[in-house]
Amino acid sequence: MEVAAAAAFAAIGVLAVADSLRGGIAWGMDGPQSGTFPFWIGCLLILSSLATLLRAALTPSRTLFASAAELRSVARILLPAAAFVAAIQAIGLYVPAAALIAWFMVRLGGHGPAVALASGVAAAALIFVAFERWFLVALPKGPIEAVFGY
Amino acid sequence: MDNLAALMAGFAVALSPENLLLMVAGVVLGVIIGVLPGLGGANGVAILLPLTFSMSPVGAIIMLSCIYWGALFGGAITSILFNIPGEPWSVATTFDGYPMAQQGRAAEALTAAFTSSFVGALFAIVMITAIAPLVAEFALRFGPPEFFAVMFLAFASFVGMGRGSALKTVAAMMAGFLLACVGLDTVTGQLRLTFGSTELMRGFDFLVAVIGLFGISEILLSIEEGLSFRGAKARLGLGVVLRTWKELPRHWLISLRSCLIGCWMGVTPAGATPASFMSYGMARRLARDGAAFGTGRIEGVVAPETAAHAAGVSALLPMLTLGVPGSPTAAVLLSGLIMWGLQPGPMLFVEQADFVWGLIASMYLGNIVGLAVVIALVPWFAAILRIPFAIVAALILVACAIGAFTVNNAPFDVVVMLIFGVVGYVLKKLDYPLAPMVLALVLGNRTEQAFRQSLLLSGGSLGVFFGNWLVGPIMATGLVMLFWPLLARLGAAIRARV
Amino acid sequence: MTPGLPRRLLVAAFAVAAAPVPASAWEPQRPITIIVPAGTGGGADQMARAIQAIVAKHGLAPQPIVVANKAGGAGAEGFLEIKNSRGNPHMLVITLSNLFTTPLATGVPFSWRDITPVKMMALDEFVLWVNAESPWRTAADFVAAARAGKLRIAGTGSRQEDQIITVAIGKAIGAEFTYVPFAGGGTVAMQLVGGHVDATVNNPIEAVSHWRAGKLRPLCVFDSRRLPVTQTMTATMAWSDIPTCKESGLDVEYLMLRGFFMPPGVPQAAIAYYQGLLERVRQTPEWQELMVQGAFNTTTMEGDAFAQWLAREEERHRTLMAEAGFLAR
Repeated sequence: MEVAAAAAFAAIGVLAVADSLRGGIAWGMDGPQSGTFPFWIGCLLILSSLATLLRAALTPSRTLFASAAELRSVARILLPAAAFVAAIQAIGLYVPAAALIAWFMVRLGGHGPAVALASGVAAAALIFVAFERWFLVALPKGPIEAVFGY
Repeated sequence: MDNLAALMAGFAVALSPENLLLMVAGVVLGVIIGVLPGLGGANGVAILLPLTFSMSPVGAIIMLSCIYWGALFGGAITSILFNIPGEPWSVATTFDGYPMAQQGRAAEALTAAFTSSFVGALFAIVMITAIAPLVAEFALRFGPPEFFAVMFLAFASFVGMGRGSALKTVAAMMAGFLLACVGLDTVTGQLRLTFGSTELMRGFDFLVAVIGLFGISEILLSIEEGLSFRGAKARLGLGVVLRTWKELPRHWLISLRSCLIGCWMGVTPAGATPASFMSYGMARRLARDGAAFGTGRIEGVVAPETAAHAAGVSALLPMLTLGVPGSPTAAVLLSGLIMWGLQPGPMLFVEQADFVWGLIASMYLGNIVGLAVVIALVPWFAAILRIPFAIVAALILVACAIGAFTVNNAPFDVVVMLIFGVVGYVLKKLDYPLAPMVLALVLGNRTEQAFRQSLLLSGGSLGVFFGNWLVGPIMATGLVMLFWPLLARLGAAIRARV
Repeated sequence: MTPGLPRRLLVAAFAVAAAPVPASAWEPQRPITIIVPAGTGGGADQMARAIQAIVAKHGLAPQPIVVANKAGGAGAEGFLEIKNSRGNPHMLVITLSNLFTTPLATGVPFSWRDITPVKMMALDEFVLWVNAESPWRTAADFVAAARAGKLRIAGTGSRQEDQIITVAIGKAIGAEFTYVPFAGGGTVAMQLVGGHVDATVNNPIEAVSHWRAGKLRPLCVFDSRRLPVTQTMTATMAWSDIPTCKESGLDVEYLMLRGFFMPPGVPQAAIAYYQGLLERVRQTPEWQELMVQGAFNTTTMEGDAFAQWLAREEERHRTLMAEAGFLAR
């Protein structure tokens, strides 16, 4: 994991350097060209992560990044969260928010499905009133909200 | 003395029962805005601005400035309770505030934060009352080289803050700089590091990244360690408030230093964010046991909060006297002033003296009302930590999603937030320090801009950074700060030899 | 005919009785979003929020107005959103010059022809400002100094209106300037007051208070005629006393569009509704006060005239930016 993270950082650095060369790294009409700054930053990033990479590769650490059980419990949050975020792109925020709250209450909190669902819907309704009505902030909406005329 | 008489007249206006009611309403609304991530500060005031349009100008500005205070107070709440800074200047508050909450000292941290905010704000208001014109003159001396010097000082006082690998600190900071570069280069108008994607064009907003890096990753870490926030045993009650108040005077030196840093940053107008970082960095650097910072030291809450709010308030001064807003929120307030037919700038103090002193009076009162309101609410805020994890985690996820979305009204940003959450989780497990990354992300762009503007002005000569009595000493202080660990070691070596 | 129709007719009849709109009028059913393709606190943002407040105060629309800032990529983000919201009649965008400059400078695939022009609300003026302590009293003094040595001009953003004007001045008089970009008009004015640069081309509203405080001196205005506001602003001068740049021997003209557009493919009735709404906004005292404060050019246009104006301006920007070497590579 240590190696992978350092490699990822180095890769970001390479990307930055590549893009900076396109923007120009010399002194141009507007002073230093737009690539100058990211170019040197990218170089520093590559150097520092390569050093970390070498050190990690030479001294293999015995501590585990995370145990299987730990990863499982992280997944219990991360997967629903990912589904929630994906659903926002498609059908707006309110319905997925209600579903997420209900899901967490059932799966992690051990509440009954009816209570959980009611809480989820109530929370979504509260958010709706607070943002759309009081603060006039439009949040993402989908077909279900459209039925109600929003 | 004219000023004093004018201020008294201002108090008379602000103290009417109706205006007091507006203050309380404003503070409460502001706190709500500050707590909801993404809605904070500028957005909140912008949204509520039209509502005040039907009020009298005095009532409206009182209400709006109280919303501003409320939002400033409110920003600290989520930082301390959930490690989610709602505003850039609350980031430094999380470093020690959140560990305190984890140790069951949430109420203490909140009290310290609120009280420090109050002290910082009050100091700045007194300064505005006493020496406004002088300060405005000083602010004008700040051109791009001075601005860069200030940013350099902020970075320098912060480098070496993270424990652990120096290489990782450098990597994290550079990654932050690169993230800040994504999007439009404001100096040449070219797109950088976007690789043709329209979603990347707007760049990575600080809030989206920080909500993910700090907030989401914290949820992931908590669940890994068992299903709870460790702050669940928070002691409640107003007794904690009194006890904390008894302890706070001991840190008067840090407070004073933070007030001065804050006022300086707010006026110049570098803003509250470098002020909070610089103040935290200085407090740690100059403390006897600096290494203990980041583990839940109360000074680590006092320093950034005091400076941030001293800066937040003094940012209103350049707005009033020069027409240049010192913060995004001040920018929105500025458009409010213009809507009421007031022309901010040098003539405002001359032509609209009643209004200006009414506003300053309402700053005094608004802050006192604000402190009373938020202190009374401390037990309730701390009690939030007693809600079962399953519910809090879901609510935080939803709130974070809303926050990430509202920043740019972009659903894609919610995805970015989640990605940053996972990245933050991995980096935290690998002991990469996140603070330098966030600092670079927040200040990177403005620092680079100031640097390039300076070079443009000087025609490419670096001498511009040591060109006059103002910029030279700041740069020198920055260099000393940067090499402090080295200098300290050198000093010790010399002493050992003698 | 649906059974619900009579009731709807009744509602429509009430609406007609309440407000002086034509009987066949389209009306918004949801909150109206005004997209600002720039940051909070700038000129476009100020105008959008002023309109929001005026509409709310006078009850001009049955639905509230929401202002959303989409400044990413020099406003490209906001324009792309409008372009991609085909047929949405509850969305408007207020434009500044980045309507032309952003696609040209960044290569983002977008043009004003992709969206629906609604109405020009005003044109923003530009004035050549110098520090009041500088020795230059007229545009001619300034031109002579610029020819003698490289002067520094600060402006808002890069490859946008301020820099275009700077390059145009340089071309007109055969001199070169160092252009230093800053984030906002207020900061630009302050750099000049602080003496960090030699001149700016700020909009009137961005520099007016420094002028009145005796810190800045206007040399000339980049318009074909003098500013119309005759009310005295300083002890001795009114906006109308500032000569045009052309009469001072500096042949450069530039005005910035403040206008509204809608997504493509919106119904004609909706366009007509917003044209009427914005016209009523223009009649309010608050709007007229704003125009005087900022010494705006109050020209307004709709329909074909507006489209022709846009085509002309687009061509002019293309020429100006091509000559300056600002086109996207």
